[in-house]
Amino acid sequence: MKLERERCHYSITPTLHYSSFSTNMARKVAVIGAGMTKFMRRALETPKELAWLAAKAALDSAGMKLNQIDSVVLGTAPEAFDGLHMKGEYLSDGCGAWNKPFLRCYVGGGTGVYALAQAWFHVASGLYDTALVVCEEKMSTCQPHPQAAFLTIFDPITEQPLKPNLLWIFALEQNRYMETYGITIEEIARVSVKNKRNALDHPAAQLGAELTVQQVLASEIMAWPVHRLMVSPTSDGAAAIVIAAEEVARRVTSKPVWIQGVGWCLDTAYWTNRDLAYPEYVEKAAWMAYRMAGIKEPRKEINIAEPYDPFAYKELHHLEGLQLAPKGQAPKLLADGVFDRDGDLPTTPSGGLLGVGNPIAAAGMMKLCELFWQLRSEAGARQVPGKPERGVAQAWGDLMQVGTVVVLGTKRPE
Amino acid sequence: MPETLGGTPLEAKSSRGGNIFTTSYVPQLRYAWDTGEAIGRYLQELKQERLIARSCHQCGRVMIPPRMFCERCFRPTDEWVYVKDTGRIITFSLCYVSWDVRRLKQPQIPAVIEIDGASPGTGILHVVKKVPPKQVKIGMPVRAVWKPSAERVGSITDIAYWEPNTKTKKRQ
Repeated sequence: MKLERERCHYSITPTLHYSSFSTNMARKVAVIGAGMTKFMRRALETPKELAWLAAKAALDSAGMKLNQIDSVVLGTAPEAFDGLHMKGEYLSDGCGAWNKPFLRCYVGGGTGVYALAQAWFHVASGLYDTALVVCEEKMSTCQPHPQAAFLTIFDPITEQPLKPNLLWIFALEQNRYMETYGITIEEIARVSVKNKRNALDHPAAQLGAELTVQQVLASEIMAWPVHRLMVSPTSDGAAAIVIAAEEVARRVTSKPVWIQGVGWCLDTAYWTNRDLAYPEYVEKAAWMAYRMAGIKEPRKEINIAEPYDPFAYKELHHLEGLQLAPKGQAPKLLADGVFDRDGDLPTTPSGGLLGVGNPIAAAGMMKLCELFWQLRSEAGARQVPGKPERGVAQAWGDLMQVGTVVVLGTKRPE
Repeated sequence: MPETLGGTPLEAKSSRGGNIFTTSYVPQLRYAWDTGEAIGRYLQELKQERLIARSCHQCGRVMIPPRMFCERCFRPTDEWVYVKDTGRIITFSLCYVSWDVRRLKQPQIPAVIEIDGASPGTGILHVVKKVPPKQVKIGMPVRAVWKPSAERVGSITDIAYWEPNTKTKKRQ
């Protein structure tokens, strides 16, 4: 078969191309159920029990039993948090994977959104009719704080001897972002205010709060320019989604939420060799998903966004990568109220990682759950007005190098 | 979505009071990472007070840290190129938390430093010292301060730190 290739709208290197193969060949796939646990600083439950609670909630939401699930996909982050090496195998029972095809996937913080894209393959390819996607993280196991476990993400020879910590890379990137576009720290702090406020309406939230910009800026400086209230917490929690091929989805629900597009992209792990001011890999991942979804003008065609917000500036950085704000302009749109829950383009109506919490992989999956509830008008107090028809969720991770994107919508993709 | 969700939050006191049980494990693991061809030479040169890069003749980049293959052109790199032990700060932070979450009174100043002689925007991670934190700026020229030769072991920490290079004119 001849693959039709077209020039990518945007390339990290001039030689990258994009294939339009998948859009024509794939079966249509819908999200038909979503569930999650509370996000907590420390949960009584084991990782396996958390996975079970989320998986069961998602099955209940879909009105399905485990024997109706053909395949299971797990997303979970570094083993170092848990001190459990074969974490996928350990978690498999809690994910409902007994006697089933099982895949664990992992791209650091990008895992939660990536997991749904991987599950999409399973069903879009025709291999299975249904898949259960579970994301789980229990960060409290690593004591007193999982920060030290993050040391191992850095290059063991050229970076680890410098004793870096995770705050470094965020602070270095935020500083570069602010300097490049002349962004102020007050503009960044507004993200914390918005997201923690939105989280007050989320029943899973760990850190919902009513705050002012001044309070955010008065919080401890962890790694200038990053203040404590601009950092998401460490969390325990799980979230899960059930997806199905069109025939099954239509039988099970009158409100399928369609997977319209998936995309992901990794930049180089030589992160000190590239400009940190703009996430090119997020742009590339976004265009892959948008092209699949038939989106030409993202700002006009997307009603709601759940960008990855482990740190306050990241939401703005990612909105630009997602083509939902011009480069360096996301802070202005935020200040103008565009991204408020009742704004023109509500972003992170869930409350995000800053407000709901950040059990790594589960946090990305939580964003997809939020889109599912929002697009079905089931988000309760968090519901954005105007019956949104299409949303984008995005996660980010590895060594500041991966962007993962999923577009969900109420309309069946063409 | 349902209003009640699964999960049982624990307070710190519940484990202290013996209300719940935990088991603990402190791993005693030691690793020795082989440095490979490119980084092996990089470390060897650091011991000699020199910074070395690799160039790719196809894309023209001079890359540091050096690598034996160009990840963009996906072909072998071509030449070893000595670069300078001076550069400028691409970005930095003032970090008040150590790698193992101790609070620091005086901040560490991690920075990405673009190396003179390497391609534009090509930097390495290191730390800056000998400058009041509030005076550190993006674009500031810096130079490597090497450990004495007897203390150099072939490590990225053979450069003790970077300090402002007052001899160079600042450029943005």
